[in-house]
Amino acid sequence: MRVKVFNGEGCRAKGSDEVYRALTAEVRSQGVQDRIEVIEVGEEHCPGYCTLSPSLLVEPSGMIYQDVQVRDAPGLVQNLVEQQEPLSKKIYSPRKLEEIPEEQETDFFGPQLFWTLRNRGRIDPESIEEYIAMDGYQGAAEAILEMEPEEIIEEVKVSAIRGRGGAGFPAHIKWKAGAGARSDIKYVVCNADEGDPGAFMDRSILEGDPHSVLEGMIIAARAIGSHHGYIYCRTEYPLAVRRLSIAIDQAMGYGLLGENILGSGFDFHLQIYQGAGAFVCGEGTALQHSIEGKRGMPRPKPPRSTDKGLFNRPTVLNNVETFANIPQIIVKGGKWYSGVGTEKSKGTKVFALSGDVRNIGLVEVPMGTSLRTIIFDIGGGIPDKKKFKAVQLGGPSGGCIPEDYLDLPVDFEAISQANAIMGSGGMIVMDESTCMVDMAHYFMDFIQDESCGKCTPCREGTKRLLDILTRIKEGQGEEADLDRLESLSAYITDTSLCGLGQSAPTPVLSALRSFRKEFEAHIIDKQCPAKKCPALLHFEVDPEKCASCGQCYRHCPAKVISWQKKESAEIDKEKCIQCLTCYEKCRFEAIE
Amino acid sequence: MMTKCTCREDLHTIKERASREMSAQTSETFEARVMVHMGTCGLAAGAQAVMDVLKEEVSRQNQVSVKVVSCGCAGMCSSEPNVTVERKGEPTIMYQHMDGDKMRQVFRRHVLNGEVQTDLALARIHGEGAAAKNPFAAARGQ
Repeated sequence: MRVKVFNGEGCRAKGSDEVYRALTAEVRSQGVQDRIEVIEVGEEHCPGYCTLSPSLLVEPSGMIYQDVQVRDAPGLVQNLVEQQEPLSKKIYSPRKLEEIPEEQETDFFGPQLFWTLRNRGRIDPESIEEYIAMDGYQGAAEAILEMEPEEIIEEVKVSAIRGRGGAGFPAHIKWKAGAGARSDIKYVVCNADEGDPGAFMDRSILEGDPHSVLEGMIIAARAIGSHHGYIYCRTEYPLAVRRLSIAIDQAMGYGLLGENILGSGFDFHLQIYQGAGAFVCGEGTALQHSIEGKRGMPRPKPPRSTDKGLFNRPTVLNNVETFANIPQIIVKGGKWYSGVGTEKSKGTKVFALSGDVRNIGLVEVPMGTSLRTIIFDIGGGIPDKKKFKAVQLGGPSGGCIPEDYLDLPVDFEAISQANAIMGSGGMIVMDESTCMVDMAHYFMDFIQDESCGKCTPCREGTKRLLDILTRIKEGQGEEADLDRLESLSAYITDTSLCGLGQSAPTPVLSALRSFRKEFEAHIIDKQCPAKKCPALLHFEVDPEKCASCGQCYRHCPAKVISWQKKESAEIDKEKCIQCLTCYEKCRFEAIE
Repeated sequence: MMTKCTCREDLHTIKERASREMSAQTSETFEARVMVHMGTCGLAAGAQAVMDVLKEEVSRQNQVSVKVVSCGCAGMCSSEPNVTVERKGEPTIMYQHMDGDKMRQVFRRHVLNGEVQTDLALARIHGEGAAAKNPFAAARGQ
């Protein structure tokens, strides 16, 4: 019998050499050298079972043993001598190939419909050839060589695609206005200034399939008669910017961008403009100011961008996801696209699913899919046996949707009725341990920071909203504060110029509407039911409830909890840094 | 050097050549294609270390011709870093939660020897994508 101990570089780092020596010594001490031969397998013959090491192979049985320790040596040798199966728990027995699910059988990928993300992780984003292999630039070729601008707009109209940036404005209306505007210079601009916390759809598209956005823009340019375009991408997306630049260079090289595209005589030049990351620059007019080199501030509408946009020229501005959808609409037809979805929202929508949910990632579903399907089937539900509390949709301009509305279909109108917005697609799931006052405070902090300052109600009002929320969080809230929140919110909504200001109070209002009791608990009872607001917590251990498990003691980063076996823990309040780790770790709700 | 496309046929020629060359099933230049999903989410989860090990492993051998690709996010960020391995005549496998050790194992066992490391795998992938079996695809009569 032969025992081969894998003893390459990686295995040695995990202690295989010690195991080899222990086995050799053990065989000698049991006097069975003639029956068991222990040899080492070095780097040159390494089979590559790196994750199993220290590991060994027994011949002639062919069994591989993983995670073998020095202390296993005596038992292993003895069992081998007695011809018993040694260390059965450590036998490496991987599952069968058939047990690996097909991608479309998995809970996560199964219910999805990959249209916008059709090339996700399938192609090399730095190779235009691979994009072309997946029918890339066929839509642009068709639009430029075989279609009149009116036909392109008609196809987009039939598809009924609505802008994916958030507001859901029908793309064909914008394009038609752009095409009808009279000017020798027109612009096509792509809004890649994705700024909502929890949103990463556009980034993924730009990083994984940049050519789809380029192609969509070329088609739009042809439809409105534009010869120059900009992609406004935030500088915080360096990989997206790099891959876009490569994509533009490659498309220029193949004559799919630049002058005389595909020999048609049609020119379209494209350049990237890097924004410095201001949230307000995701607003159309502020974005255009930013490209013009001015301070990123919105202006009143009208005039609409399609009449007077970038550099006072007619401009069609759409977001990344909208443009990425356009090529397939041209290739497969608007009718095909509108075959999926609800009455007023057609096609698919990409969401960035994150927060307290098992499967985090990009989710593309047909319009009309329920939020429950997205969160519980695709997302796999809430981890750690916790209960669902709410889902935040639409970022700082959106709202929270509580459990009662989970069967709501993904549809621009239906979601607005639930006091949230579809938004660009950020979907943050929150479990029962989330404090809604804290959540509203977080978003208000974000917004007052990002307010451009042009309109007083937004600049000052959001600061005052934040003050009130801070007060409530810190146990200084008054009953009148809830009315103040509501009336001030109404002022801000009514008197702000841009969408950012008008929707700034939405996170507060929607939290207040669905979770008013929680606000009242903070104000009247001076309690935070979710135990997230340190000022309302006592940091005291209830000896009745304490199970003396020591979890809080072990995890306290400041080491201020005293605990001994069979005794309840105690927190030194003087030294406590109020990090809430003990609250999260305690499974018995013993910390008050 | 790229030649400019001046008509649809030029585009079609590129498509023909590229679709043959992007798959290990039909390529004449490589037998296996290994893709490390290196979007920002993958990179944050450690995809660069996986890529470094992969490149080192590829250069250490001359048994199998391997094409290494750095591509975008496959969609399931919580299973990153992901690696997809395609070998001639075999089902394509996507691996999850990769690190340097797992990459080395997948390379030496699967890429070189065709032994799928099932315990590390997330899913088997078909070239046609999920739409093939999607109920909505059926609904639109395709």
